[in-house]
Amino acid sequence: MTEVNEAGGAPHVSLRGVTKRYGGVTALEGVDFSCRLGSIHAVLGENGAGKSTLIKIMSGVVRPDEGEMRIAGAPVEFRHPAEANRAGIVCIFQELSLLPDLTVADNISIADPPRRFGLIDSRAQRRRAEALLARIGCEDVNPLLRVRDLPLSRRQMVEIAKALAKDPKVLILDEATSALTAADVERVFGVLRRLKAEGVSILTISHRMHEIEAVADMCSVFRNGRHVETFAQGARSAGQIVEMMIGREISAQFPPKPAPTPKPPVMETKGLSWEGRLNGIDLHVGKGEIVGLGGLDGQGQKELLLALFGVLKGVSGEVKVSGKPVRVRSPLEAKRAGIDMALIPEDRKTEGLLLPMSIADNLLVASLDRLSKGPFIDAKAAAAAVEDGIRRLRIKIGDAGDPVATLSGGNQQKVVIAKWLMTGPKTILLNDPTRGIDVGTKQEIYRLLRELADAGAAILFYSTDYEELIGCCDRVAVMYDGRVRAELEGDEITERNIVASALAMDAREAAE
Amino acid sequence: MSDLAIRLRRNGGFLAAIGLFAAFYLFYHANHPRGFSVPVLIQNVNEAFTLAMVAMAQTLPVLTGGLDLSVGAVMTLVNCLASEVLTGGPLELAFGILLCLLTGALCGFVNGCVVVFGRIQPIIATLATGAIYMGLALFIRPSPGGKVDGDLSWAATNDLYEIAATYGFAEGGDAAWFQPIAWIPTPLILLILVPLLFWLPFARSVTGRTVYAIGSGEGAAWMSGLAIGRARIAAFTLGGFFAGMGGLYLALQTSSGNADIPQAGAYTLNSIAAVVVGGVSLLGGVGTAVGALFGALVLRTISFNFRIFEIDPLLQPLIEGVVLLAAVSLGAVRVLRVKNTLELFR
Amino acid sequence: MTAAASPPPARFRLSAEDKPIVVAAGFILVILAVGTFYTLATQGAATLLSPTYLLQQLQVGAFLGIVAAGMMLVILLGHIDLSVPWTLAAAAMMATAVGGGAAIPVALGIGLVVGVVNGFGVAYLRIPSMIFTLGVNAVLRGLMVAHTGGFAPQTKATELMQWLAVGKILGVPVALLVWALVSVLVVLMLNRSALGKSIYAIGNKEAAAYLSGVPTRRVFILAFGLCGMCAGLAGALLAGYSTKAYQGMGDAYLLPAIAAVVIGGTNILGGRGRYLGTLVGVILIVLLNSVLSIMQMPEAGRQVIYGLVIIGMLLVYGRGARVTS
Repeated sequence: MTEVNEAGGAPHVSLRGVTKRYGGVTALEGVDFSCRLGSIHAVLGENGAGKSTLIKIMSGVVRPDEGEMRIAGAPVEFRHPAEANRAGIVCIFQELSLLPDLTVADNISIADPPRRFGLIDSRAQRRRAEALLARIGCEDVNPLLRVRDLPLSRRQMVEIAKALAKDPKVLILDEATSALTAADVERVFGVLRRLKAEGVSILTISHRMHEIEAVADMCSVFRNGRHVETFAQGARSAGQIVEMMIGREISAQFPPKPAPTPKPPVMETKGLSWEGRLNGIDLHVGKGEIVGLGGLDGQGQKELLLALFGVLKGVSGEVKVSGKPVRVRSPLEAKRAGIDMALIPEDRKTEGLLLPMSIADNLLVASLDRLSKGPFIDAKAAAAAVEDGIRRLRIKIGDAGDPVATLSGGNQQKVVIAKWLMTGPKTILLNDPTRGIDVGTKQEIYRLLRELADAGAAILFYSTDYEELIGCCDRVAVMYDGRVRAELEGDEITERNIVASALAMDAREAAE
Repeated sequence: MSDLAIRLRRNGGFLAAIGLFAAFYLFYHANHPRGFSVPVLIQNVNEAFTLAMVAMAQTLPVLTGGLDLSVGAVMTLVNCLASEVLTGGPLELAFGILLCLLTGALCGFVNGCVVVFGRIQPIIATLATGAIYMGLALFIRPSPGGKVDGDLSWAATNDLYEIAATYGFAEGGDAAWFQPIAWIPTPLILLILVPLLFWLPFARSVTGRTVYAIGSGEGAAWMSGLAIGRARIAAFTLGGFFAGMGGLYLALQTSSGNADIPQAGAYTLNSIAAVVVGGVSLLGGVGTAVGALFGALVLRTISFNFRIFEIDPLLQPLIEGVVLLAAVSLGAVRVLRVKNTLELFR
Repeated sequence: MTAAASPPPARFRLSAEDKPIVVAAGFILVILAVGTFYTLATQGAATLLSPTYLLQQLQVGAFLGIVAAGMMLVILLGHIDLSVPWTLAAAAMMATAVGGGAAIPVALGIGLVVGVVNGFGVAYLRIPSMIFTLGVNAVLRGLMVAHTGGFAPQTKATELMQWLAVGKILGVPVALLVWALVSVLVVLMLNRSALGKSIYAIGNKEAAAYLSGVPTRRVFILAFGLCGMCAGLAGALLAGYSTKAYQGMGDAYLLPAIAAVVIGGTNILGGRGRYLGTLVGVILIVLLNSVLSIMQMPEAGRQVIYGLVIIGMLLVYGRGARVTS
């Protein structure tokens, strides 16, 4: 590991040997990291490389399992984000921390509002909000507006203003620019440069390489929860950075792919659009084909799956199932005969499972109508279906009557998948099904997907893990800004190509 | 968008309640056989006062996203207490009033503690504490009755002239300088003073802001380092104080106390209705106690109108019910605006 | 199959579902013991433990039991039905007004219609059930006041209604049998039918149930409809018990029904709870009431004890999770 020490002053915040585990998954492992006053430090890495955990630890949201953190040489331990704030560390989170029913001015001063005679001085609060908003070039946002009434990009700017109100010594931006327009990004960069000149230490996580080139002094690359290298911005080429991000120790085993053959499409979309988040998606998935959805988080992949499954309202464009145009208005319609879709949702804890309910109940919940005779569930058929599901996915359980919450993450995900396989789907939509799951279960899921495809299912598979897309998919559609930016097939499916398309870089640029 | 337009939009529910009240009330006076008159105004305010206080009491827990089923019981308990202690000399009276208000606040404080430290859902916690307060009210006053200082009762429920006449200042109310204000009903002044002195400062305090933050998003409030438990207890306490104020006034108005369980229940349910009509969201975070106060006035004004139109009294509850149901059904507009069905479930 | 995922518990432990039921059942024994001790000391007899007395108490408890059974379905969904008082009264009033063989079908029909309206408001308009059912309650009250003139209707309950409420078969009150029948149906529905499983699923996580293709709106309408029917049935029985319907006859059933359901371990936020618990909760409240009346406890003391029991029970097992992030 190399520590380059050319920009900024002394190390202000430093982490030593920090490790953090979530259940069985190690998010950070023995990380040494430091950032300096008066510099802009970019943290790079793939999805799940540990960047988010790093900043959650620095800003007091989670506590590390091992290791220590020092500020200006003195060891600190934060139990609460407010304590980190008091120590001068302020983070702008990806999931917004704004209170939607309060006004912009209220939100900006929420932690420490200006007071007069003990009461909140709304005029001073407003002036403060106006000054801060002006500082980031957002004079157009009226501080009296409720945050709920602002578009997403403006909310993000309010979030930045709120962070500035705390007068940070260390400012952390977690993909804070991803929802912003190009003009706003420029304004924010102007502010960051000014803060840097004032001696603030700025840590930014971004997936946009050109932005990093524009502002950062230092870059650190993370991979699989480890700190790979820190170098001065410009010291490495874009190609080298991509290489550092994707280099991998453990490699999962993937089942062999069949030779590409033309396949009749089971599901097609034409010009699918929704609320500015999907901007005209043309895509088709053939019988027996596994199509991957790639790209960075939040480029419309989730919305695409939800739109196909009938969850979103006001979707325009055309969807065809087996050549017939269909309008799916709810998951209930999506699973009906003739459409036969299944969706493995994003968050298995809130969207996939009924955690306190039994494993059997969870497995049956999508097939209750099929298994009922008159008003009652056919107990024999249900028991057989549960047993079949458990066996087919090799779910490790004590008793089918145990709450599903007692299972490990991998087995929980198997329950979600088994639940849907019981309905005999012809199109299977998966939203990042292997997130937070052990390698063994992952491989079982890959094998299962291939088996299902061989049995004739059409599979649309969104993953934040590029290796998975490469190993599993017959074709990969890389999305950017609600569009399919590139479709890669056969030998084109390489990590380099996916990363380059996902970062909206030209392939040439990445190859440098 | 101008500041004014923003403020108007932000307070849409509140303004709608005021508009509804103004329309109903003007309509009432326009059609009143004797036109506008001060005695009618005094009578109206007297009839509306207690519900207005109870509605304000309900607002605070609702702002945090909870519901207080004990407001009617707290009101009744203080009402019964007042019928015991509001007698004697000026000092005793003052002490009695203070005791009543403190009792209300204490009841709310206990509610808050059960919710925060017991970690029990507000609706169930207050269902239980409500029974306890009702029981205490019955202990104090097993049968309706009691005694309330006649002068105080008379002065508090009439106009300023009667206060002056009763307590002998401003030349017994006949002083020339006093005449321009002598007609103002005392309860109307109280109705303005109570929110002004207690609600507005609270809403503008950091604790009050925290109450709104809890209802708007408890997770984000925690992330911002706000004192959530303390604010919740404060909200219930102030709610209890308002409910106590309502009970105290009811005692002055009726000169008695009555531990009537159905009446307490009716006040609780009406307070929820008033809160919703007044533009307070049952999900928390949106609305003001002043809005709820106007919500209560709207509910009361509807009944005033029944009186002068000589609507068959048998149809009155039906009309009230239909108006209430229609008002709350307006919330369905939200369903049309949501584009991602999953958002409906939050 | 191996128990690899969940290691066997080191010692016997109650599941989260059973604990409330066991605690509540234990508390029933305490109530009986205290009551018996009291009667032995004052009257020299264990009145409370005589089967006749217990059956008589349970007969009165049947009305509450039936209301609570319906309320439980709605609470399991994570909602509440505040329209029960006047659904009950309206059903009773219309049943006595219609009379004859149609009386009971009319009572059930009114309950069903009211419930379906409630379900519609909650499922389609997505108005909080708390406020929508409150509005429906007000409208029903208005309709009944307009219909009856604000007095207790003069019409009498039919013979059948009276027999169902006070009749006996082999010494067992018929009302108790009706309650038992309702209980069996509810248990079958909750545990064996798609509707029951869907109710639990929605109460646990509406989003997950919806994404699993559960017909969530239909389930809302059915559950509220059944709750209304239970209230209607209780109304018909109660009118039979007092031989006629009267104003406000349902008012005394709303809060005790909610309390019984919650004491029985059903989560007020939905998704968790067993019918056995509700049954135990109803019996607890009924016996608590009867012991307090044997002790000639004034209404004041009853209310206080009632409230303390609910809080005490919930402090033992109903505490929610601490909020962190």
